[in-house]
This record gives sequence, C-alpha cells and structure tokens, in this order.
Amino acid sequence: MIDIVLLTLLMVVAFAIIKMKDLFSVIMLLGIYGLLSASFFVAMDAVDVAFTEAAVGAGISTLLILLVITMTGRSENTTRHKPLLALLVVVFTGALLIYGTLDMPYFGSADAPINNHVAPRYINGSMEEIGIPNIVTSVLASYRAFDTFGEVVVIFTAGIGVLALLSVVPRPEDSKKITPVNDSMHEQYLVIRVVTKILLPFILLFALYVQFHGDFGPGGGFQAGVIFSAAIILYTMLFGLNTARKVMNQSVVQLIAAMGVLLYACVGVVSLLNGGNFFDYNVLSNDPVAGQHLGVLLIEWGVGCTVASVMIIIFFSFAGRREMQQHNKYVDNKDQESSL
Amino acid sequence: MDIIINISGALCLIIGSFLCISGGIGILRFPDFYTRMHAVGVTDTLGAGMVLIGLMFYSPDFLIFSKLVMILLLTLLIGPTTSHVLAKAAMHNGLMPELAQNDNNKNMD
Amino acid sequence: MLIAATLAIFIAMILAIIRGIIGPTLYDRILAVNMFGTKTVLLISLLGFVMGRPEFLDIAIVYALINFISVIGVLRYSDTNKLKHPPSDENSLDKES
Repeated sequence: MIDIVLLTLLMVVAFAIIKMKDLFSVIMLLGIYGLLSASFFVAMDAVDVAFTEAAVGAGISTLLILLVITMTGRSENTTRHKPLLALLVVVFTGALLIYGTLDMPYFGSADAPINNHVAPRYINGSMEEIGIPNIVTSVLASYRAFDTFGEVVVIFTAGIGVLALLSVVPRPEDSKKITPVNDSMHEQYLVIRVVTKILLPFILLFALYVQFHGDFGPGGGFQAGVIFSAAIILYTMLFGLNTARKVMNQSVVQLIAAMGVLLYACVGVVSLLNGGNFFDYNVLSNDPVAGQHLGVLLIEWGVGCTVASVMIIIFFSFAGRREMQQHNKYVDNKDQESSL
Repeated sequence: MDIIINISGALCLIIGSFLCISGGIGILRFPDFYTRMHAVGVTDTLGAGMVLIGLMFYSPDFLIFSKLVMILLLTLLIGPTTSHVLAKAAMHNGLMPELAQNDNNKNMD
Repeated sequence: MLIAATLAIFIAMILAIIRGIIGPTLYDRILAVNMFGTKTVLLISLLGFVMGRPEFLDIAIVYALINFISVIGVLRYSDTNKLKHPPSDENSLDKES
C-alpha cells in the first residue's frame, strides 16, 4: 500500500521535473525525488541501498549539479521541434521490454532461479563462513568482492576523468587572498559558520562509525566515504575553496584515492601469494573466519578512502573551475572599466 | 508503570503529529514567503522534537534511546539555523515581505 | 498509535510537495524541500519502529545531516550573478559572486 503511494508521488514529482523550465526549481525537485526514492527503499526493507541513495542522491549530486548551473545559467533552452519520432521509438522499446518481462516469475516468488541457487547459499552460509551479521556487507565484501573491486575502479576512473578534464592548478597568489575572503565571508555567514564548526566533528565521527559499523548494521565503505566527503564539502562551501585546499592538500587527497584502490587490490594479491584464490580471505590468517573478518575490514577501508577522496576531488575541481570563471569575469570587467 | 509510559508516548506522538500537520497546512495557506517560513520553522522543530520524545518512550534498549537523543539534539540545532539562513538569504536577494495596506511606515532593510 | 503518527507525517509530506510544485518563488521551493527532509527523518524513524527494525535510526541521522548540507549549499550558491532573477520590486542589492 505504502509502495503504491510512494510510487505515485515519484511519478508526480518526475512529471513536474520535466515540465518545469527553471533549472533551479528542478534541482529542488530532484532533491525531493532522491529523498522519496530513499523512503521507498526503506519501505521495501533495503536499508543499505536507502542509506547510499540518501547520501548520494539527495546530498552530493544536488550540490554538484547546483555548482554546474551556477556556471551555465538558470533557464533551459526551449526546444524548437517536437520529437515525435523519438517518442515513438521510446514507446515501442518500452512496450517490447514490458512484453519481455511477462514471462519472468513474480518479484520475490519462491521458485525464481535467483532464490533457488545463489541466494540460499549466501543466506545460509554467511554466518558460519564469514561471521558478520549484516548479510549485505558479507555478500558485497566477500562473496562478490570482485564485483565491488570493479565498482571501486569505476569510481576511481571517474575521479581521474574529472581531474583530466576540469582540474585547475591553484595559483600561488590564491593563498594571499585567503584572509580578505575569510573576513568578508565571516560577517556574512557568521551564524552558519559557528554552527558548522560545532557540527563538523560530529559528522566526521559519524562517518567513521558508519564505516566500521557496516558489519553489524547498515553502512559500509561507500556510505562512510560519501558522508566524510559531505562534511568536507560543507566546510569548503562556507570557508572558501582556498582555505579548504590548505586544510586538505589536494595532492594528498589524490594520493589517498589511489591508495584505496591499491589496498583493495593488494588484499587480493596477498591472498594469491598465500595460496588461495584471488580475494579468497580464508588464507589471510590461521582461522578462516578471522581471515574473512580481516579481509572485509581492509577492503571496506579501501573503498571508504577511495570514495571520500574522489568525491572531494570532484567537488574541488568543479569549484575551482567556477572560481576561475568568476576571476576571469572580474578581470574582464576591470579591463572594460579601465579602458572606458 | 508500563501503562504510564505507553500513554505518555502516545500523547507526545499525538502532539507531534498535530504540530506537523498544522505546519503543513500553514505552508499551503499563508500568503507570503516569510509567514510560511515562520510556520515551517516553528512547527518543524517542535513537532520533530515531540515525535522523537514520544519514540523515546517506546524504545526497547539503551542504544536506540541514545540514538534518538542524538537525532533530537541535531534537529534542535539544525532547524533554527536553517530558518535563519533561509530568511537571511531571501532578504539579501531582495525578496520583500508583503506589508499590510494601511501601514504607513516603510520596511527598513 | 505509531501507524497513525506515520500517516500524519505522510500527509505533511504531501502538503510540502504541493507547495514545492506550485510555490511561485524559488525560496518557497527551498523551504518545501527543507520541510520534506525533516519530515522524512521522522518518517524513517517511525517506520523503523513500526517495522520492528530500529537500525533505521542511522539512516535518519544521515538524512538530517544531508538535508542540512543541501539547504546550506543551495543558499550559498543561490546568490550568484547567473542565478538572479530580477526581484519583484527594484530593490536589487549589489550582487556578489
């Protein structure tokens, strides 16, 4: 019942997003869309997914898209043609897909193939073989460690891509601009700065808690990385990019991103060297279950490091490019004034 | 003892839900942005606080109770700050509140 | 009683969405999103108790923080040059980057 209501709300919000032309309002509605999807996942009892959707979909991507439209402008270009052919293709493909799913078993039915071969093995064997209560973490980190390795490498590649396209090398005169920017921002943002300073240690500690509590409750490396980077992004927004670059040195952050992936891969290689398969944690210590615990801990730490660093890198690159655009506009204005 | 806890929890939940719904009605019926923000800011924080206190009466063990205390402290800290920042940003960007028609003093920035 | 409170929070969320869609100015929509986020925190906590899984409280804490960070981010970047619509009266203050 609650699923139907949430899905209807999702559809209403999606239609409103499509119809609106003001991109800023679209971002607000995207935030609501992300929160609704996360509530939907909670209603379906998928807690880890809801966690990640809340942190990424409703938090980080809203901020990143917001940064982008501060650089591109607020209104959408009106389309000048009616894309009827595209609509026909989409409807046709959708109808074919729905026709294709008519043969599949019902969602969650007991005789679907996935519930007969793989899932019972994971659910029954997880507690004895791996020994951590959260089955999602045990599947993600141990049974399917290779797939998670692929995910981490994809995140790392995204960070490299953003760096290759958008990185702005900080100029040395930027560090001289810190004090006047800080003073002017201080009087404008005084209340929020004080509250942020109270909240920041709590958010960072909570990120660490989520990282290590992922074995027992919802959490894990991805969510912890995103929360950590959200704290750093909050600091950057309120205290200026140059101050934040001094606090988190960008080359150190890039190094940590690479180290995360390296740590993950090294756990696999060490298992190989100890005589097991790639990512077989049983051989990492004398007791197989202790080996599994050690393996899960190390790779979750690698995932957390990489995700946090890549998010920080992406935000710094976007904000640095925005600052460069502002600086160029300021210089152009001054040139125009001096030439008049 | 048990029934006292149940009734207090239910009472706090009722007060909290009433405040939240009235905040929702307020955001729809008030005429101006600043009045709507007043409705949301007050009822959001107090309603959330009441609902969380009501949930504390129902919590089975100490860890859940302490997590609820944490969420309560966070809400009490974050709610008024967000209202302040929102009003300040709107005023700074030029959104003026509507004044009554027969009011002769002008609004000072 | 918990289910009644869940339904009440749900109604408040729907009212917030309505304001988010029809709000004439931008700040109405930011207010609606903020209220929606706070109500989602309460909804997740209540759902956790209703469904007997109090581990949902971690998600509630994350929502509260993410909601705060999003609204601060929106307000921080909403007074740039490119995003200013001309205000309704001619009281435009000096724009900053």
